[in-house]
This record gives sequence, structure tokens and C-alpha cells, in this order.
Amino acid sequence: MATPRRGALAAGADRASGERARRRSTPLLGADPVETAPDGPPSGPTPVPAPPPSGSATGADSTTTKAASKRTTTRKAPSRKTSTRKVTTRKTASSTAAKAAATPPAPPRTTAVTPAPAPEPPARKHRPSPRVTSAPQPRATTQAGERTGRPRLSPREKARRDEAARRPHLRLAQPAVPPVDLPPPDPAVADAPSPGGLPLPDPAELVEALVGALRLGAQLAGVAPEDVEARVAQVLAYLRRRVEGEYDVDDFGFDPHFTENVFYPMLRPLYRHWFRVEVRGIENLPTTGGALVVANHSGTVALDSLMVQLAIHDEHPAHRTMRALGADLVFQTPFVGTIARRSGSTLAASEDAERLFRRGELVGVFPEGFKGTGKPFSERYKLQRFGRGGFVAAALAQGVPIVPCSVVGAEEIAPIIGNMSTLARLLGVPYVPVTPTFPWLGPLGLVPLPSKWIIEFGEPIETAGHEPGAAEDPMLVFDLTDQVRETIQQTLYTLLMQRRSVFF
Amino acid sequence: MAGVVLVTGVSRYLGGLLARRLAAEPSVTRVVGVDVIPPPQEIAGVEFVRADIRNPMIGRVIEDAGVDTVVHMNVIATPTFVGGRTPQKEINVIGTMQLLAACQKSRTVRRLVVKSSAAVYGSTPRDPALFTEDMGARRSPSGGFGKDSIEVEGYVRGFARRRPDAEILTLRFANVIGPRIRTSITDYFSLPVVPVPLGYDARMQFVHEDDCIDALVLASTGSTTGVVNVAGDGVVTVYQAVAMAGRPVLPIPLQGAGFFGGMTRRLGLADFSPDQMSFLAFGRGLDTTRMREGLGFEPRFTTREAFAAFAATAGSAVPGAQVVGDAVSGVAGVASQTVLRALGAGSGR
Repeated sequence: MATPRRGALAAGADRASGERARRRSTPLLGADPVETAPDGPPSGPTPVPAPPPSGSATGADSTTTKAASKRTTTRKAPSRKTSTRKVTTRKTASSTAAKAAATPPAPPRTTAVTPAPAPEPPARKHRPSPRVTSAPQPRATTQAGERTGRPRLSPREKARRDEAARRPHLRLAQPAVPPVDLPPPDPAVADAPSPGGLPLPDPAELVEALVGALRLGAQLAGVAPEDVEARVAQVLAYLRRRVEGEYDVDDFGFDPHFTENVFYPMLRPLYRHWFRVEVRGIENLPTTGGALVVANHSGTVALDSLMVQLAIHDEHPAHRTMRALGADLVFQTPFVGTIARRSGSTLAASEDAERLFRRGELVGVFPEGFKGTGKPFSERYKLQRFGRGGFVAAALAQGVPIVPCSVVGAEEIAPIIGNMSTLARLLGVPYVPVTPTFPWLGPLGLVPLPSKWIIEFGEPIETAGHEPGAAEDPMLVFDLTDQVRETIQQTLYTLLMQRRSVFF
Repeated sequence: MAGVVLVTGVSRYLGGLLARRLAAEPSVTRVVGVDVIPPPQEIAGVEFVRADIRNPMIGRVIEDAGVDTVVHMNVIATPTFVGGRTPQKEINVIGTMQLLAACQKSRTVRRLVVKSSAAVYGSTPRDPALFTEDMGARRSPSGGFGKDSIEVEGYVRGFARRRPDAEILTLRFANVIGPRIRTSITDYFSLPVVPVPLGYDARMQFVHEDDCIDALVLASTGSTTGVVNVAGDGVVTVYQAVAMAGRPVLPIPLQGAGFFGGMTRRLGLADFSPDQMSFLAFGRGLDTTRMREGLGFEPRFTTREAFAAFAATAGSAVPGAQVVGDAVSGVAGVASQTVLRALGAGSGR
């Protein structure tokens, strides 16, 4: 912090700005050109007023600045402090300066970051106070990436909120009020703003009326009114939380609120009444801690992963959530990828798998992938190659047990009798199936055949006993992969022998 | 530790805040701020030098001040603030090159802190759920800020190779958000109707502006080296964020997003570069283990709290949206309460 160094810095900076000034013809980021004030003390119109202690200092400085500003062209700054403050005031009205000198400092402008104007301590006297220079232009403020405060609430809005706060919240109304249509419970379809105040009738009255109508309707339809009410209450509570964003999503995008309230209820009819899934060996899944469920994959559309997920959630005493690992094509596809993430799936990558295991999650993989779902009907229940065994390596690395899972029935929901490979290439998908119903019946062909399903979870295969570097041993990984594959294949054959018919 | 600190990009919001905080640090004797435009308001305790980091003159500033810690804050994420994509790229890439060249020549510079961005990881459907510092982009960003950030980090790595004695710390920040800062993300969520990619609901991570500054102060005065991700805990999805901001959504197909983005950009509403769109479609998450264990930094705001802090100030752009939203949620809340009460009464009978 020697004085000569300071002078050198000042000189360097001065030169830098001189350089800039010379290049002024090429506009630099919309900055205003630097202008040295021709005359007059520059401290007057500076935006941030100096506090009283430094005010006297400013006055003293201004003379030096004035002296220096005349010599800027020589670029020999005699004063230590002159060059770092480039006097770029555009409105150097000397009257303003005089006024500023006469009056105490003006109140600070309400700028975003109010600097604490500390009086210069004598110890740091060598440091020029960064009296920078130009008035804050609105342009500069925007360019600095800062939002200046906008009016928070309109007066009307404020009045509305006050009134809403004063209003007694629940008012029991007469059930004779005719039911009025509720506004659509979707913020996307916002109604035209109604003028002034709360435009709607009291919500409580509406609701009472609606509940009355609902009870009547339920009685007419012969359903217990309480059930209907419970259902409606659930839906409304769900919608309220969705509209306000009041739900949590974990790092992988799993949204338990959506999964419990929308996804599983949508699948349950399919699970219970369409496929009549029978689950065996659910006790083989651990109640807590990480585990890897490995299952066969089939059925053209991957309904089996959803059914296994629901089976684990509904049948397991701990109601665990299986975190399925999916191909990247799944997450690339609109809607499908979003729903997959929300329901707990994530990308089939070893990083994600190991992260899930570390968190003690139950992970499900379908290592056959598209080879399994897209195989022709003639090859049903013949397991395809099990990928590259990455799932086994991940389980080995974290020492979690592997639970083999065999799904019978999924092969028959949409038997593949052909593949439109040209169309598949065009669409960039692995296959476009031809089933007995699919292209022929149009959208009706998408309805899966109601086969009877059996899902059996086998004995867990422990991986914790191996030495630390076991996941790096390819031979061990292949052996384990084969063992899992054989177990599933044998279980599949056994289940097929026990099955009376495809549909019953 | 740090004696003389040089802060580039000091006239921008975060740069100015950081410079002021550093000036108040007891271990910092002097703070020199550099930018091409003067700061919007005076920064207490900071010497401002008007210099362009794209110019070799920056070397003389470093030399004259005897700078030993350089904090590079001048990697600009939002092209609208600097007058377009071309100057943005020039400032980011050429500026970093010149700055690092000057640092390399300097005898005094011991430490370099670079404010980089999580944009280096890109945004694709093939991404792992959370990126650690050792992972790279699955598909490198083809242009825009992400590509700039990758190039900036490339130069930083080159500098590290040529100056093995210097301590180098690169901080990869998630999107910075907060009540005051203005970025392309805040512009986006301030739109009266928020267009979202149809069929996607990306996970996003944010870091509060205060946390961002705290992390940078810690990085400038500490001795951690390497690359560190900085993000608030947890994620927020796009739909959730829009709901929290109290705005209606307008789903548009990703294919039409380019046209739409061009339109909003031309109208000056918000910046929609292609990598911005893919971020909104596929999202990104950062693993912050190293932030806690290596840097020793604990953010005060979670992602959700950071976004809520922004949403509280964003106000309602459409006058009716708030009313309708409140009404709907109010009706739903009252309805569920009433129904549950009626149920309770029913079962009591």
C-alpha cells in the first residue's frame, strides 16, 4: 500500500479510461461516454450523499479534483485520489452544487442496494472513497441485473385483502340457495377479471348449496352420500394444494402428492378389476432400506412396471414406493416422461441408481428394456439379454439385496404379431407393434386384453457379503446377473405351469 | 488471507454486492472493482476503475494495485442486459481470456475465483437426476450462455495448467433468484401468462441471491480450490413455480417454442434462448455435497424458499389472476372443510 504504487494504479486506470475515451466512436455496451467536468465541484450532484463527517472531506477533495480535471489530458495525476474517480456528471450545474454545499446532504435516494456510507477512517486515508462518478441512470440500473421495486399491491387489491381479512370466514347458509356454478378450479383458465372487490358470492354458501345438490344426486343414484362427499372433499383439497404449489418434489422429481392422489387411483381399477393381479412373496421385500427389484419386461406397452409399482405400494405392509429406472426415451417423450418422473421413476443410469440406494430406496429395474416389451408373441416368457449388468454392479457397490420378480400375464395384453419397422425408424421409436387389435381398431386397439396376472417376488439375493471392490469385478457381475436371470426364468416357467388359463 | 481483491463486473448487481461485502471483510485490505460502465450507485469502500477486461490494460490495473485475489464475476448470463448475444459472448469469452492472460503474467495473483454456472451441464432427457462436479454435459450446449460457460471453464483449466501455484476455485451456481435480482428466469416468471413446454415439467434448482453472495465471499476469502456446485436444497418444478408465482400457464409445444421465444425476445418480454427452453423442458439438479464438505457453505434458503422470496415480490401481472386464484383456492379450502365437517356430523349420528 505504498504511495508510489497507488499513483501508478491511478495512472494506469487513467490511461485505461483515456484509451476508452479515444475509442468512443465504437459504443461500448451502451455506456455513456466519460466526460470530465469542465468546472465546478463534482461532489454536489453525486447520487449518494456523504455523511457529515465525510462531507467536509468531500469539500476538500473537490478542489483537488478541480485542479486535476484540468490536467487530465496530460495524464500525470499529481493527486493520489483524482484518477479513480472519473467525474462524469452530466448535469454539473454549479447552482446545484452550491445548494448542496449550503444545505445538509439530501436524503439518500431509495436505490436498491443502499450503501452504508461509512466515514472514512483515518487509517485508510490512502484509499480514495469510491466516489464514482456518474449519476445512476435508469439504464445502468437495468443493465446491472437488478429489479427496482415495483408497486407491490394496487390499492384495490389492498382493500380487497383487508376486507377479506375482516370477513367472518365460514358463514352457514340456507340450503335453499340455488346452486351456482363454481369457477373453474384451474388457474390456466382464468376468468376475465371482474371489476372491483371480491366478485364472487360467498364461497361457503356456494359450497353448502353444492353439497346439498350432491347429497340429493347421490341418494337418487343409490350411492351412500357420505362416500360421495368424502370423494369430493379429497378432490377439492387436492386441487387447492396443486393451485397453490403446496406440494413437495424430491430431487428426482418424485411427487408423492400426485402419485398418491392421481396416479395410483387411476391405475387401481386396471390392477384390481381388469388384470386381477395376484401377488406372491411380497414378504421377500425388505421393510426398510435399499433393495433392487429385478423383473421381466413384456406387454408391448410397459404396463407391467406400473403394476409392479402399484403391487408393492398396495400389498407391502410398509407401502413402499418402487423407484423404477427408465430408458431415456421415456423421459424424452412429453407427458410420459413427466408422469414417470412424478411417479418416482428416474433415468436408468448408475449414478441415479446408486444415489437411490444410498437414500435407502426400493429401486426397480427391467433390464430387458425394449427388447423385452417389443419381442414377438412367439417368444413370450423367454427372457432377453439382461443389458450389461449395470444394475447388478450398482447393487453390489452399495451392498443392497436383489429381489427377483416374475410377472406372468403381461405378455398377453397385446400380443405382437408384427412390427412396422419403417414407421418405427421414421418416428424414432424402437418398434411400432402390430397386434390383433392395434392398428385395425384404431384407438380401441390400445385397450389391453384382460389377462390374469401373477406377480411373484422371489427370495432376495444378498450382495453385501462380497469384498469392497466386487462391483469392479466383471466376472462376478456377470455371474450374479445370470443367477438373477435364471431365477426369474425358472419362476416364470413354474408360474406358467400353475396357470389355468390366460384369462382366468 | 486475501489482501487486495479485484472484482470484475462490479457494476452489475451481484458484483456490486460482492464488492461491498468484501470491503467489509477484515481480512481484505483493499477492493478494486472493474467494469466498463460505472456502478449505478456508489459502493462503499471499493475503488472503482473503469476498465474493460477485454483489453490488455486490465493487466496494468492488476499490476499497479498488487492484486492477489481475482474474483471473476463478469460472465453474463442474460444477453438482453448487454445489448445482445454478440457482446455477451465477447465479454464472456474474450474478457475471460484477457483477464486470465493478465493473471498469468502477474506475479502477485495467488487466487482466482470464477463465478460459473450450472449451465455447463446442459439440459437433456439423458441427464442424471443430480450432477456432481465430476460429470460433464450429456449433450454439450450448442450455443448461448451454456456454451460460453463451458469455454470460460476451459480457459480457467488452461490457466490452472500454466499457473499450478495459483489457487483456483470455480463455483457453478444454480439459477440465482431473489427479491431484487433480475435475470432471464425472473423475467420469465414475471410474464403475465407463463408459457411452458407442453408435456414437460422440469425440475429446477435455485440459489438465493444472499446465499450466492455469501458463497462468493467465502470462496474469495477461503482457500478451497477446485470446482464446487452451489444450489439451494431441493427442487421446484416449473408448474409448481408458476403456481407459487400466481400466474396462469400457457402450454406450448416444444417445436413451436423457437418461434414463440423469438417473439417474446423481440417484444423485450423475456429471453428465450434454445438452451433456456431445454432447461424449462428437462431441468437440472446439482449435487451439493462438495459445497457442504469442501467449501463448508450451508445455504440459508432452500430452492423453494428462494423462489418464494422472489414470488412474494413478483406481484400479480394480471389483475384478475390473483382474485380468481384466491377464489378458487378459497372455495376449495372452504369446501373441503365444510364437507369434512358434514361428514363428521354424519358419522356422529
